[in-house]
Amino acid sequence: MIEITRCGALTTIQDSGRHGLRHLGISQSGALDPIALQQANLLLGNAPGAAVLEISLGPLALRFEQDCAVAMSGSSFAASHSTPDAAVDTRLLPGHAAIIRSGATLTLSKPLVPGARCYLAFAGGIDVPVVMGSRSTDLNAGFGGLQGRALQAGDRLPTGPSSQHQVESGKGIRPLAPSHILRALPGPDYESFTTDSQILFWSQPWRISHQSNRMGLRLNGSALQLEAPLELPSAGVLPGDVQVPPDGLPIVLANDAQTIGGYPRIASVIHADLWQLAHVPPGTSVYFVPVALEEAIAARERQERYLQRLSELSAPPDCIGQ
Amino acid sequence: MTEELEARREEMGLLEIVPGMGNLLLRLTASNAHQIQTRIDVLTARVLNFWSNPEAASSSALTTAEQLRHTITIPVTYGGEAGPDLQTVSAHTGLSAETIIERHSAGLYRVFCLGFLPGFAYLGGLDPALATPRRATPRLSIPAGSVAIGGSQTAVYPSATPGGWHIIGRTDTTLFDAARQRPALLLPGDTVRFVATGSTT
Repeated sequence: MIEITRCGALTTIQDSGRHGLRHLGISQSGALDPIALQQANLLLGNAPGAAVLEISLGPLALRFEQDCAVAMSGSSFAASHSTPDAAVDTRLLPGHAAIIRSGATLTLSKPLVPGARCYLAFAGGIDVPVVMGSRSTDLNAGFGGLQGRALQAGDRLPTGPSSQHQVESGKGIRPLAPSHILRALPGPDYESFTTDSQILFWSQPWRISHQSNRMGLRLNGSALQLEAPLELPSAGVLPGDVQVPPDGLPIVLANDAQTIGGYPRIASVIHADLWQLAHVPPGTSVYFVPVALEEAIAARERQERYLQRLSELSAPPDCIGQ
Repeated sequence: MTEELEARREEMGLLEIVPGMGNLLLRLTASNAHQIQTRIDVLTARVLNFWSNPEAASSSALTTAEQLRHTITIPVTYGGEAGPDLQTVSAHTGLSAETIIERHSAGLYRVFCLGFLPGFAYLGGLDPALATPRRATPRLSIPAGSVAIGGSQTAVYPSATPGGWHIIGRTDTTLFDAARQRPALLLPGDTVRFVATGSTT
């Protein structure tokens, strides 16, 4: 068991999410950055999609009731852990596994990039019940994770049986550098926007609003306009879709977005760039860059090959970059 | 149609099959660009064929008995504390509370799709005379089990949520339970009937 002794807002249990259930109105949930999820798990010999903590605001302090290997990935925090026989705390390096001893406390104090997501994996994964194929927290519907809610001080996390993976110090996986450029395909309603708005969409910097969350990134900038008012029938939507509500300010849907929407969709962020949504904090800006379907597919294939290579390596090698 | 697509999930690399209101979203995967294009072409042709000629294309046309099996009856307590907005709907439509209850429970509703919340069904078939524009100010919470009218639609809320629809009644039927083998009670294509179990108008 691992006890949470201190917890900032919005730390949740996430894995690779719920899939194939959108026709029931069930959102995907899951780690916003699935690459960081896999990196942290592979460092520990876990299944790539094992449940981890997704942390967006610190601080977070955990007390370990048994020895447990951990790994941090994504947008890292300044982190350190106590050891029984040392006066000084040991730093936890991003992208490296470390063993936390029974009785010790691991503290994630300060995010290197406030508002960006950090992932913390435990050997054996967090062993909460599987709900509809996933351990991910669905905050809106209130199931999965721990009682369907964000974690708080006093919560206790059970871990699953860990593989006999040897934690090698000094070896790690380099985190990918997120960019503020999101590649996108024109959406189904692209042609319904004015030519000026189409140009504006691809050219202006879009500031991430503080109202952004796991459901979507709300963007601020010059409002987009339709050629004519559009009454659309409700239709299935996916993470990455860029919806434009009547106020003209786009929303990039993320993992917790509802499954059906009725707003015009000007674009869709390509699958290979979705992980970056986890790392663009409020106040910063993103740009959208148009790509062809072929490029979107090629980018996805490159990403799959990278992840395949990571998972094939039995022991984590020295710093693999993309 | 979704049954046939469901059966071909693996073969066609289908990750999601999401019916909307008169539209369909398919999420698919493939190992390369050529395979994606082939799958898109095959699926598009199949879906268009269904839409232009539903009876001939369907390998699973429902018999009356099957249709009946897919009819779900939902008991509703209308009005009073269970339906605080029944009077608002009455004022807007000019119909008495009794008439609204009678007409709402006389309808046969078709589940077009699920969304918004887990197990939330978009129902077609509301008597147009009952249509009432949404509240100007949404309620902070619509309780689970609420039966409501919003614009020209009616729905049952599987869980509590903020919303601008008018609550006309409540059911004890559980619309969604994550722990159930079949978590959502209603599925696209099902028929829904409401039965008045009592009212406190």
